[in-house]
Amino acid sequence: MPKLLKGNSVIDNSWQVLAKDFTGALPDTPCFVPLEYWLANKENLQTPETIGVWLDSDQEPEEIAGDIEDLQYLAVNFPTFTDGRGFSIARLIRDRYQFTGELRAIGEIVRDQLFYLSRCGFDAFCLAPLELDQETRSFEDYLSPFSVTYQASANEPQPLFRRKQG
Amino acid sequence: MYIYDLHDKTLIGERVAQYRRQTDDYLAGKISDGVFLPLRLQNGLYIQRHAPMLRINIPYGMVSATQLRTLAHITRKYDKGYAHFTTRQNIQLNWPQLEEVPDILAELAAVDMQSIQSSGSCIRNVTSDEFAGINADEIEDPRPWCEIIRQWSTLHPEFAFLPRKFKIAVTGAASDRAAIQVHDIGLQVLKNANDEIGFKVLVGGGLGRSPAIGQVIKDFLPAKHLLTYLEAILRVYNRYGRRDNKYKARIKILVKAWTAEVFAEKVEKEWQQEIGSPSTLTDEVIKNAKAFFTSPTYENLNAVSCEENLQTFAAENVAFGKWRDRNVVAHKVAGYCAVHLSLKPTGVAPGDVTDSQLEAIADLADRYSFSEVRVTHHQNLVLGDVKLSDLPELWQAAKRQGFATPSIGTLVDMICCPGGDFCSLANAKSIPVAEAIQRRFDDLDYLYDLGDIKLNISGCMNACGHHHVGNIGILGVDKKGEEFYQIQLGGSAVDEASLGKVLGPSFYAHEIPDVLERILNIYVEQRIEGETFLDTHRRIGTGPFKEFIYAKAA
Ligand code: SF4
Repeated sequence: MPKLLKGNSVIDNSWQVLAKDFTGALPDTPCFVPLEYWLANKENLQTPETIGVWLDSDQEPEEIAGDIEDLQYLAVNFPTFTDGRGFSIARLIRDRYQFTGELRAIGEIVRDQLFYLSRCGFDAFCLAPLELDQETRSFEDYLSPFSVTYQASANEPQPLFRRKQG
Repeated sequence: MYIYDLHDKTLIGERVAQYRRQTDDYLAGKISDGVFLPLRLQNGLYIQRHAPMLRINIPYGMVSATQLRTLAHITRKYDKGYAHFTTRQNIQLNWPQLEEVPDILAELAAVDMQSIQSSGSCIRNVTSDEFAGINADEIEDPRPWCEIIRQWSTLHPEFAFLPRKFKIAVTGAASDRAAIQVHDIGLQVLKNANDEIGFKVLVGGGLGRSPAIGQVIKDFLPAKHLLTYLEAILRVYNRYGRRDNKYKARIKILVKAWTAEVFAEKVEKEWQQEIGSPSTLTDEVIKNAKAFFTSPTYENLNAVSCEENLQTFAAENVAFGKWRDRNVVAHKVAGYCAVHLSLKPTGVAPGDVTDSQLEAIADLADRYSFSEVRVTHHQNLVLGDVKLSDLPELWQAAKRQGFATPSIGTLVDMICCPGGDFCSLANAKSIPVAEAIQRRFDDLDYLYDLGDIKLNISGCMNACGHHHVGNIGILGVDKKGEEFYQIQLGGSAVDEASLGKVLGPSFYAHEIPDVLERILNIYVEQRIEGETFLDTHRRIGTGPFKEFIYAKAA
């Protein structure tokens, strides 16, 4: 079974991510459908426990703004780990559209991005099997290598200068 | 100067630990080259022709004597005993060992220095005016705003993987000494009719392959909205800047493709959603930031008698008078001045300093200028708060250390990138060309007669030597494996900024001093009383230069 980092622990991941051009009938397993598919079929996809939506880095989160309350699972794809668009998309999903379900980072992410990813609002991470190899270090080293952050972000609504003012 | 508090110190300490872990993992083969690349770049380590180079931030150009001594120690212990000041007010080491960089960063952290985001596709060290806080033409000191931006941009979680590097400059003066028009974002601090502070915001300026002058997208942004507005710009750029072609990935390309009006609208729309959010600056944070940049305790000096003494001294020491004319700058406080320490002696790469020179600079700063030094965009240093009465003594001391070359602002005070001697991207060498020019134009009286001329040299079109904004720009080009040099005229990064225009076909390195001499002869023939080279060029255009140069060459 593939694995997933959720919070601080590695858990089984039974979710499938359907291709961007997917059409046809859904599989039996829980799955993330691509945005286009969701927009075309959302009336028939109202089982939020097993159907989520994934966005690619060039897609507009605005398009699901109206559906946020109907969804429990969202995913954002990183085509390469240096494609930083997903960070902004996550912040919009969390801060602007107030999504409270699971926001999963999929695609080519690496451990050393976990800190920024989680600050932008991701709380589940589909790391490659190699990246999940946990022998040497705890994920805590990657999720929170810093005890100080200057900015407001998805998991810290106040910038440091306001926190300092207390 | 800004003093790190416990939060800042904790953060850079944790950054060192993080990078040490990343380096260990890389050396143990647990992180691939491709993944390590942006991690090391965002800690200032980039690989050049000979070895890794480490670029160390000097935020908006302010560095203390203590920090300079640590830099001297680091160059001795980890490098070859010298360092290089860059055109973005930073300093770099040319020969550090990759394995030792975590130790270097730890030594820097001990004196509140770091190299966070000094390279890579992220928000870089913010730059400013080297005369911030001391020049009489200042509307508002830009440094508190720079420090607010420094903190905001440091480890910003959303903007660490931008399409390309991103540079912000801030000026607070009537005359733009921070080159804000050739930055990704340029900010001019100003006051509106109600005496409220705000910013004029420019975007999309930049040099490199497609040079562009920044365009105004907001005439007056009230100061408290600074960070929410910057976030809006960065978010629009992060989402829509091109990522398919690294040469088209800078924000200037996006602004050009959309037009400044459309770009401004998108930013406005994004900003309206965040306006008033907690990132809006409070009066208290602004007040706190300003408290770090109050004036030092200036003495009450009798400027008139100081001046008389200096006149007497200059009468006996002609060289002192010349040095003072060129290298000393007026100060807003009577009896004080700012002094350039030139890093452009003939035969040394512009901006290079040795370990012992770094220590000597620290000593001069301790003795004459409240232990602070400023790094200029022209790769020189400035002691910002020197008593006029100390000038003769300081001049002698600077001469002994090789900092008194009396050529600030003249033709030979040039900006020059490391070029083919150091840089793997170079088309041509640049340092030997600079040296040949310095050797040819060694007559000070002639240089003074020519007056202010900015000569900038880049070894390739990446334009690290800012050749587009040199009054005279020299660009190294490669033609079938041979090194050639193209000349551009009429560039300027100041006030009415302009990009230079190509004079014509390029030249061999050995022809450059002669060609320059002919260009200067035309200026001398054609100038009207009081005109600088740039003024004359703007009046007569490139045509007369072109005709003369190529007619003779043919
Ligand atoms: S301008 Fe070109 S040659 Fe010069 S330092 Fe930059 S990349 Fe290297």
